[in-house]
Amino acid sequence: MFKVSGLDLALPDRVNRPLIGKAPEIQILKGLTFDISSGEVIGIVGGSGSGKSTLGRTLLRLYEPTAGTVSFEGRDITHLSEAELRPLRRRMQMVFQDPMSSLNPRRPIGAIIADPLALHGLDGISARVDRALDHVGLPNALRHRYPHELSGGQRQRVGIARAIAMEPDFILADEIVSGLDVSSQAQVLNLLENLVDELGLTLAFISHDLSVIRRLCSRVMVLYRGEIVELAPVEQIFDAPKAAYTRELLDAIPLPDPNQKNW
Amino acid sequence: MTAFLEIENLSASLKRQRVRMLRSVSLSVAAGEVHGLVGESGAGKSMIGKAVLGILPAALAIDEGEIRLDGEDLLAMRPADRRRAIGAKAALIPQDPLTALNPSHCIGPQITGRLVDILGWDKRKADMRARELLAEVNIDDPDRVMASYPFELSGGMRQRVLIASAFAANPKLIVADEPTTALDVTVQKQILKLIREMQARHGTAMLFVTHDLGVVSKICQRLSVLYAGKVLEQATIAEFFADPKHAYSRALLAATPKYTDPGSSLVPVDSSVTDLVAAEIEAVDEGWRLAR
Ligand SMILES: Nc1ncnc2c1ncn2[C@@H]1O[C@H](COP(=O)(O)OP(=O)(O)OP(=O)(O)O)[C@@H](O)[C@H]1O
Ligand SMILES: Nc1ncnc2c1ncn2[C@@H]1O[C@H](COP(=O)(O)OP(=O)(O)OP(=O)(O)O)[C@@H](O)[C@H]1O
Ligand SMILES: [Mg+2]
Ligand SMILES: [Mg+2]
Repeated sequence: MFKVSGLDLALPDRVNRPLIGKAPEIQILKGLTFDISSGEVIGIVGGSGSGKSTLGRTLLRLYEPTAGTVSFEGRDITHLSEAELRPLRRRMQMVFQDPMSSLNPRRPIGAIIADPLALHGLDGISARVDRALDHVGLPNALRHRYPHELSGGQRQRVGIARAIAMEPDFILADEIVSGLDVSSQAQVLNLLENLVDELGLTLAFISHDLSVIRRLCSRVMVLYRGEIVELAPVEQIFDAPKAAYTRELLDAIPLPDPNQKNW
Repeated sequence: MTAFLEIENLSASLKRQRVRMLRSVSLSVAAGEVHGLVGESGAGKSMIGKAVLGILPAALAIDEGEIRLDGEDLLAMRPADRRRAIGAKAALIPQDPLTALNPSHCIGPQITGRLVDILGWDKRKADMRARELLAEVNIDDPDRVMASYPFELSGGMRQRVLIASAFAANPKLIVADEPTTALDVTVQKQILKLIREMQARHGTAMLFVTHDLGVVSKICQRLSVLYAGKVLEQATIAEFFADPKHAYSRALLAATPKYTDPGSSLVPVDSSVTDLVAAEIEAVDEGWRLAR
């Protein structure tokens, strides 16, 4: 589905900009090469600030790569214009890390899910909203509430409902279960698994929770400071990690045990 | 040890609706102690923190109970006095890092503002302190972060900024609402260590809200297990993990995944247990509907 090669991304460094002239750039992604196959669930892990969210935004062409190519279903989308991207937008959805800030505080939940559907001219909107809420395990009565009237976990599920209501082919999920308790996590992961199985959805799943990655993903990409340090099947990541950084990540997972070693 | 924060029989509900959000919650936190609040989404963990800090949503009313901070009965105070007492002694690490930061201001003034307003520091001194704090939470480049807008930082960086600013004015109580959910595990480990050190050094009392029992086992001395606004079990960490008393606590522990154990998969908390707990609560609190 995606073919990425030699991908670089630099963003302007506003902070160190000289008084006159162009801002210097910060190199955020450095020469990434990988594929994502249709129907696959790929996990993206890595340290805070390593570039996971930026990579996600670049795949969806919310950023334009500085070098390298990104192609989607055989078509080079590296430098497409916004107008050319428009028909592709519905098919690629992103669910964000920060649920509160991505939900319009002045719209009730029902409208938050319905608005993008209307924007893309889909029909049977009310029924789609019902289905999406039901999918993520939120009671229908919640559609009349506003984002600030929900708990953190409930808000996160609204973000997921909004994305799946569009019936996309590809979803990029950025830390979507880290704010959830185990029951809601299990529920959301089951839901994502079903969507992958039934609808042939392709999923890139950014998370720092390796228990979740192990449960959900078939392949895992480990990012460190904008570079891929390991890209391997999930069993290998857990049973025989090659990169030192991957081992460091595994060792830092807090187990529910007050006597865990090295803590 | 005398308790720095004492909550006694605190009940809160949605105004004009018979929906209870908190049910006779009692707990106390001593200076230098970290008390965990655990439970599933919607259990009322954040509500307890908000009640303590006097920032409950307008739709909620406190029905009864007492909250004492450093011996002072907060609910008996005039609102202005209460705000002053809380502002001087307590701080929040909020659950949602992006919304807690003002998107149209740089990070720097958002940290130093507290120091200037609350402690009356001059700007230079506040600036230096802010840089120090950012370095303490392992931000590589404090100068760049101070001059950045929130959208220019990664999720984990924003969360660390909020941790730093909570400690800035040396509060005696910190309510930390899921303070590490946006962090990767290596940074989380450093930050938990750091919170423990800063909190021990300053004798800060902490209410630590989280759904992650792994995290609780590392940072807290005691915990309360909440369900539908009710405390089902209170115990020390050692007691809880060795011998959880309540059936719900056992179900919650059983549902917690362990990556080391390949057979363990993520499963929801056993619904036969939660149905039973819900029925018990409704029977005791007759006429009040569950929030969930
Ligand atoms: N719009 C921007 N302008 C300048 N720098 C940016 C911008 N967005 C992100 N960055 C920088 O890019 C780097 C990578 O950020 P990114 O959000 O991709 O990290 P991440 O891996 O998602 O981290 P986290 O796990 O903390 O969310 C960070 O150093 C960040 O400060
Ligand atoms: N402003 C509000 N008006 C009405 N109900 C609210 C409001 N804010 C929260 N609630 C409800 O109160 C209950 C408790 O919410 P709270 O935020 O304390 O949950 P929590 O335990 O912190 O959950 P999470 O882990 O998801 O953050 C939830 O059922 C929620 O829907
Ligand atoms: Mg991110
Ligand atoms: Mg909460």
